[in-house]
Parts: sequence; C-alpha cells; structure tokens
Amino acid sequence: MTEAVPRATPAPATRTGLPRGAWAIAFQGIAAREALRFLRQRGRFLAALVRPLVWLFIFAAGFRSVLGLSITPPYQTYVLYEVYVVPGLVAMIQLFNGMQSSLSMVYDRETGAMRTLLVSPLPRWFLLFSKLMAGVLVSILQAYAFLAIAWFWDVRPPALGYLAVLPALIFAGLMLGALGLLLSSAIRQLENFAGVMNFVIFPMFFASTALYPLWRMRESSVLLHDICAANPFTHAVELIRFALYLQVNWLSLGVVLGCLALFFGGAVLMYDPGRGLWPRRKGGR
Amino acid sequence: MSGTPPPAALEIAGVSHAFGTVRALDGVSLTVPAGAFVALLGVNGAGKSTLVNLATRLYDGGGGSIRIAGHDLRRDPGAALASLGVVFQSRALDADLTVRQNLAYHAALHGIGRRAAAPRIAEVLGLVGLADRAGVSVSALSGGQVRRAEIARALIHRPEVMILDEPTVGLDVRSRAEVLALTRGLAARQGVGVLWATHLFDEVGEADALVLLHRGRVLWHGPPAALAPDGDVTGAFLRLTGAAEAA
Repeated sequence: MTEAVPRATPAPATRTGLPRGAWAIAFQGIAAREALRFLRQRGRFLAALVRPLVWLFIFAAGFRSVLGLSITPPYQTYVLYEVYVVPGLVAMIQLFNGMQSSLSMVYDRETGAMRTLLVSPLPRWFLLFSKLMAGVLVSILQAYAFLAIAWFWDVRPPALGYLAVLPALIFAGLMLGALGLLLSSAIRQLENFAGVMNFVIFPMFFASTALYPLWRMRESSVLLHDICAANPFTHAVELIRFALYLQVNWLSLGVVLGCLALFFGGAVLMYDPGRGLWPRRKGGR
Repeated sequence: MSGTPPPAALEIAGVSHAFGTVRALDGVSLTVPAGAFVALLGVNGAGKSTLVNLATRLYDGGGGSIRIAGHDLRRDPGAALASLGVVFQSRALDADLTVRQNLAYHAALHGIGRRAAAPRIAEVLGLVGLADRAGVSVSALSGGQVRRAEIARALIHRPEVMILDEPTVGLDVRSRAEVLALTRGLAARQGVGVLWATHLFDEVGEADALVLLHRGRVLWHGPPAALAPDGDVTGAFLRLTGAAEAA
C-alpha cells in the first residue's frame, strides 16, 4: 500500500511558500465547491425560487386591490403592487441565501470541514471572503432566474436595469452574507439555527420596505417607520430597487457598504484564532 | 563539512492555553524530527486536541512558540501552514463530493491549480491504496477508506509535517492497523515528520519517540523503550501519572 513517491520539483513559490496565483486558485476552488454542492442540491435552487414566487403570484395579487401606492421614488408614475414588491423579493432571495450560507458554515463546523478551510495557508479573512463571494454568486443566479419569471408576470424594468442591478446584487448579497457569516460564528449548534429564522430573518424582512414603502409605515407607527428606516435590509431593498430603474440611492449604497464592512469585520474577528470565540471554546466549536 | 543542522519538522516550546479559568496546557514542549514518527499519548481530556488546535492555528494566544519546518506559526503563519498536513479527529471530507473533488478542493486551498493537482491526486491516492476510488462519493467509502482519503488529502501539498489527531477512532482492528502502518511508512519513506495523537496505548510501542501528556503537562518525552523497557507502556503510564497525582 505504501510506495516511495518521488518528490516533484516544486512549483515557483512566493515568499510564503505558496505557488504563484495561489489566491486566485483558492478562490476558484472554493467557488467550484459551492457550485458542485449547489448542483447536487437542486431542491435548494427550486425552494429559493418558489418562496418569492409564491409571494409574487399570491400575496401580491391579493394585496393589489387593497394596497394603493402613491408615486414612490424611483418610480415615475403609479405602479402596480407586483412591480413594487419585486425588488424586495429579490432581496429576500439574497437574505435567505445569506442565512443558508450561515447554516452551511455551522454545518461545516460541526462536521469538521470548516477546520480544513481554516488551516489553509492563505489569510483567514481571504478564505472567509471567498466563501462569502461564492455564496453571493449562487444567490445572483437565483435572483436573475426570479427576475426572468417576473418579466413574464409583466414586471418589466428597463432592459439596462438588469445590468445596472448587478453591482447592487453583489453589494447587497455580500452584506447579507456577511451578516450570516457573523451569526454563524456565534451559533454553536445547528439546532440553534431556528432562532435565526425567528429573530433575524422574519423581523428583518417584515420591518423593511420590501413589502410596503416607508411613508405607509409612518402612517401606522412612527416608531415602526424609524425601525424600518434603520434596518440594513431596507437599504439592500432600496439599492436593488433604484438600480433596477437605473438610479443610485446613495444613502442605501453607503449603509449597505458600511454594514458590509461592519458585519464582515466582526466575522473575521470572531473567526480569528487569537481573539474570537473559537479559542475560548473547548473543542473549537 | 559542518553545517547548520536542518530545522526540526515540528518544534513546540513552552506552549500554554486556558479555556477561561481552566488551564488546558501548561508549558508543553516537544520536538518532531524530520522523518520521525512521534506518538502523543494521553487519556481523554489530557490536552491533545487543544495542542493540535494550537499547532494548526485554529487557536492562538497563550504562551510559548510553535515552529513548523522552521517557520514560526505566529509570525509567519502562511509558510508554516503550507508545510503542514492535518488529519483531524472529526471527519473533514465533504460527503456530497467524490474523493477526487475533495482532494482537488484541498489542493486549491494550498494554491495548487486543477492541472497541477490531477497527477498529485493520482499519486497520493495510489500511496494510500485508493487509486480505484477517486470517482466514488465519500459517502460510499468505508470508515477505514475515509481515513485513508483524509491522509491523502493531508498529503496533497507535500507537507513536511503531518499531525493526526486520534485518526483511528471508530475504526475496526484491521483498518486501524492499516492506517497506522501507512502513516509510519510515510515518516520512514517520505521523510515526513509525524505527530500521532492517540489515547490508545497499543499504537505507541513502535513510535520513534513518545510524548506522554497528562492534565496539560508533558510527563515523558523520549523513546518508548526507555519509558517501558519491558514493553508495558500502560504500566509505566499508570506509575508516572500516579506519581504526578501524588505530587
């Protein structure tokens, strides 16, 4: 079973002993693994699409007749409720995907797969960012699939909007994924993940502009309006909404980028071998 | 002809670690020379996994230093971890992927691209006797095969040091013997320094050196024959730990 293996001539190495281009190769490897897992879990793709489609086809259709919308930026005229709700549902896909990535991180930590990622010689922040970015790429595919179906439901933003929304999807996806990453560092067991659904996903989604504009919130409760205005998910929704209609919501862009830096910085700190939670937990979990 | 001797594969000097107020390791020092098979023996809770987590930089902090192939783990973690292969106590392969896909992923984490990884994957799978299982899903492998695949994974970047944390836990007698023989062969033939952490006394008798860890302290570091000339490592362990408790 054991044979002597000739030691091959090492590849050209950098100062750290890693081959040149190691960072790009590692990113490709992490993204390829996420893609393979994604392809093996086609049910996940369908589930991610079914959820917003149910909202679009059933919820939005029902609310269309009872929920009037005045002209709300970026829309230039009155819009149907379906049109209003689509950007929120795109952000919903990214929110669930971010939390799904978080769940996958907790699972990887429980099974031990996370350890092999973290003992790679590349910097830990880069490994975490690569995993985050790979998850965002998957969520963007889902978002475009949803937008394509919505087009047939007569939700048709300008053609260039489909291109303009790409950076917004990347930034919003990264922010929501980074939040998931931060949460995954604090969740010790998979069983605790149900709490994330109840205390993070639902409040973030419902207390946002995904389903109703801010002015409608103010009509019912000023406090609720303020909570919605401060909710980072609101800004993810508005960034996507404005980008789809070829505009930039600078406030939302600033909030999304700021929250991305905050959440990702927190996650890197929590996964840091010297400062985070890992060294304080016996067993490294 | 006198030159600087090559650095030890793994040097751990005065390492301590605590979980809150519980001191898990207290001034642990040990050396693994290149090509040596060193057994780290201790009962459950002795601090073996904590030491492995520190040596793989899953943990940091506390006192002491760790050098891997001459690279300081704290100051130069990239170079140190590039020289290290690890087999953790819990299984780390992705059960949804094939053996080849798992190994390609781990090669990528060490900056080895797909083209360069392909011959290495064939090489290490041949080394561990799994050449015909490359395209098989990990979920279809037996426990012993998974362990051998884990060893292949840890070898994919040709490390100078390997750390294995309780690698035979849950294996039957034959698989245990195979994994042990494979790893001893790696040390002897490939010149890889191996640190083999275990609580099983029958796995340490033929080690080049034995480190006996008890309650976070090294009680013995030397050849097993010097600790137990009669081959009774268990008896020697009980005597040493008994003396340590009395002290």
